[in-house]
Amino acid sequence: MPDRQEIYAKTVELIAPYNKRGVAITEATRFAQDLEWDSLTVLDFVANVEDEFDVIITMNMQAEIETVGQLVDALQRLTAARA
Amino acid sequence: MPDLFSKFDPLIEQREALLESGLTDPFNLVMERVESPTVAICNGRRTILLGTYNYMGMTFDPDVVAAGKKALDEFGSGTTGSRVLNGTYAGHKAVEQVLKDFYAMDHAMVFSTGYQANLGIISTMAGKDDYIILDIDSHASIYDGCALGNAQIVPFRHNDVEALDKRLKRLPPDAGKLVVLEGVYSMLGDVAPLQEMIAVSKAAGAMVLVDEAHSMGFIGEHGRGVAEAQGVIDDVDFIIGTFSKSVGTVGGFCVSNHPKFEILRLVCRPYVFTASLPPSVVATAATSIRKLMDSADKRAHLWENSKRLHAGLRQLGFTLGTDEPQSAIIAVIMPDLETGAAMWEALLDEGLYVNLARPPATPAGMTLLRCSLCALHSEDQVGEILGMFAAAGRATGCIS
Repeated sequence: MPDRQEIYAKTVELIAPYNKRGVAITEATRFAQDLEWDSLTVLDFVANVEDEFDVIITMNMQAEIETVGQLVDALQRLTAARA
Repeated sequence: MPDLFSKFDPLIEQREALLESGLTDPFNLVMERVESPTVAICNGRRTILLGTYNYMGMTFDPDVVAAGKKALDEFGSGTTGSRVLNGTYAGHKAVEQVLKDFYAMDHAMVFSTGYQANLGIISTMAGKDDYIILDIDSHASIYDGCALGNAQIVPFRHNDVEALDKRLKRLPPDAGKLVVLEGVYSMLGDVAPLQEMIAVSKAAGAMVLVDEAHSMGFIGEHGRGVAEAQGVIDDVDFIIGTFSKSVGTVGGFCVSNHPKFEILRLVCRPYVFTASLPPSVVATAATSIRKLMDSADKRAHLWENSKRLHAGLRQLGFTLGTDEPQSAIIAVIMPDLETGAAMWEALLDEGLYVNLARPPATPAGMTLLRCSLCALHSEDQVGEILGMFAAAGRATGCIS
């Protein structure tokens, strides 16, 4: 099971190809407001995250996730639940 | 005081900018007279209809119209009631019987619209701890069905069997699962690989719902849809369909072989809490569906039309939504909304109506000129249509 730091590093790596505006990523970076992602970008990105961590992030969960930190927290919970 | 309309300002501005350029509003067209399934009078001008979903051209069928008139005389203009109270007439039971015969299935439930059929079945079938796994490009009525219920929603990449399979395998094995697919996706007119998708869904213990709104009457040997054409209709748990396309009126339905299906009539809110269809509508639907059973010649002619329009548009240099014609929908991809609106207007000036489709209804932010063919478009009309696309395309610079 990956630790939080590993999950964060991997998440930042997965954000990079969609970070068209070159925003500096922190735990507090917001997907909608700061990265200005539209729904299609979100869908693509989430699919990549799901495949990387072998988890499911339902649309219900996505609605609660606004920041990079919140996504990392969710991934930590999901990977822990699987292990 | 905050104005609740402020949230629509960006859309209002986009519309105003588009209309200021002098374009006709593509979302406000009025059909002043309708002569046939393929011709109407718009802005005083005779216009060929190529964006109506009237695939089998049943709207002016003399038997269909006569059945509607008879029901209007005998049963009145409306039921003024829910299906579970005073809104079930002989005609509602009759059209449900016709649907059972058409699909060779045990149960049929008729809703007041196709939108409500998806809304009702999806929201009712999947409960709080169940999962709905759906294609990202699903129709708004499917997403709204998810939003009305409280199941866990898992989308997967459009028509991607592997993406579906991976997600199914990650879900708890003992959780209830409903996989929601469409036979024909209406924006690009592409067909789903139902055979593979249903196989992986069944392997994961999921129930499968297929929306065949855009294939009924046309695709498959008996016109039952893409699941029939791909030989997997017996593995589908729920087929959703509509009367507002090939059938030629309005209404929606679900057919199923599940032994407990009838209980849905008591628990499905979009079925219970709305008035049933008027008697004339169910009478026209029943007559039309019976005729669709024996329409092999019309199906063949519609395929010919679709193939010819697809090949002709490609030859003219347009970019199309699919490499080969897969349904009666042919989507012409426009570079942007402005060009799309200009081309739409140029076609209307030529005397041709198509649908202008744009985000968020379209996938990947595309602007589309969506053409839907009719079995009653004649060979001459298809030729005329291609001539209009050539002229309008050159006038707007879409093709050289």
